[in-house]
Amino acid sequence: MTMFGSFTSIHFFYLVNSIGWTLVLSALAFALGAIGGFGVMLARISPRAWLRWIAIVYIECIQGIPLLILLFIVYFGLSVYGYSLPSLVAAGLAMMIYVAAYLGDIWRGCIDAMPKPQWEASECLAFSRWQTLRLVIIPQAVRLSLPPTVGFLVQIIKMTSLASVIGFVELTRAGQIINNTIFQPFLIFSLVGVFYFALCYPLSRWSEAMEKKLNVANR
Amino acid sequence: MSPIVSLQDVYKSFGSTQVLKGVSFEVAKGEMIAIIGASGSGKSTALRCIDRLEMIDKGTIEVAGIRVDSPSVDLKRLRLEVGIVFQSYNLFPHLTVKENIMLALRHVKKQSRAEAHAVTLRVLDQVGLREKADAYPEQLSGGQQQRVAIARSLAMSPKVMLFDEVTSALDPQLTGEVLRVMEDLAAGGMTMLLVTHEMAFAKRVADRIIYMHQGKVWEVGEGSMLDAPKTPELRAFLDNGL
Repeated sequence: MTMFGSFTSIHFFYLVNSIGWTLVLSALAFALGAIGGFGVMLARISPRAWLRWIAIVYIECIQGIPLLILLFIVYFGLSVYGYSLPSLVAAGLAMMIYVAAYLGDIWRGCIDAMPKPQWEASECLAFSRWQTLRLVIIPQAVRLSLPPTVGFLVQIIKMTSLASVIGFVELTRAGQIINNTIFQPFLIFSLVGVFYFALCYPLSRWSEAMEKKLNVANR
Repeated sequence: MSPIVSLQDVYKSFGSTQVLKGVSFEVAKGEMIAIIGASGSGKSTALRCIDRLEMIDKGTIEVAGIRVDSPSVDLKRLRLEVGIVFQSYNLFPHLTVKENIMLALRHVKKQSRAEAHAVTLRVLDQVGLREKADAYPEQLSGGQQQRVAIARSLAMSPKVMLFDEVTSALDPQLTGEVLRVMEDLAAGGMTMLLVTHEMAFAKRVADRIIYMHQGKVWEVGEGSMLDAPKTPELRAFLDNGL
């Protein structure tokens, strides 16, 4: 095993363990981002113009800023003012801000795609706006939103690698740490890549399968 | 007896197009009125204004004592008094027939599950679709879907029901089953106002027929008026349509 140098099973299991933290951060970013995204979606379709505008400005701003910069602002920026957050919290927060803008926009599109007569029929049955949304529109829009939402989840998993730069030890950071000790960049980062692929590929396929099924249903 | 629905000198424009130009008519309790007229005559708009799906520009509309044209109208109260059925059925595709009907009973009328269930079975019997209670809308024919839509509206026990060209999307065979349900409703004393292209049905079942032309009520009468139109416009309309 001279070719692999000093890469041992200890290193390997260290990498495998770090996948757990990638998943923790992904789950945190997705859960917080989904809560925020739901709010952004509600604001975006609100009958109140000022709420719609806040949502539009938010979405436009966040979509125009790299996630890495958001990470720097939350982690380094806030620490200057005395709020030094643990790197997991900082990464979760920055990703929440980022994910909320995208999921809010994706979900708003799904709500908009629901046929207008469904709103009208609900209105005529004396449902309030919120009841219509909750009982009629959202249950139908969820089906439509699943493929792009899972597709975006794949993006989230890959984006967690950026948290390595603020010292959060997830898969990418673990690879860097090992590489710093044994310098086998090709082997280590290839392995890291394989692990990301193993996480993302099934989700991508799932998303595609759901989309195909939707297209058949809507034909 | 005071009318359930009354329109007084109603005007409505969409942009620069004037669709209703001083429409007035009344519907008494238990009456069935058919509105006929060419496309663009304003008949569907008049119907939509009654349920406040469109806000009128001028005039007054009163439904069961509610001033519909008032900006502060209690929409929930209005919609509990008025049922409306559309050409495109508009059932909720993610719910079964039973759930479609129960949804508003449960969440708007706040009925218990047992209460809502009983009402649902009753209205499904009325439209002859009890055996389809657990089917999804996509598993039903157009005629059956429209009957479910009628049942869903009926379940809310409205004082008046509006029908906006409810058979226009159906072939003649399916049209028949929907018209039969409406005829039963009329016989049962429901106050009904329908916009329709079914002349024979209007003539046979309606208490009165309103012919609208260019945004105005042009001619009003009983079914026999279709045999002897007074105005050349109605005569031309009937000649072209039949």
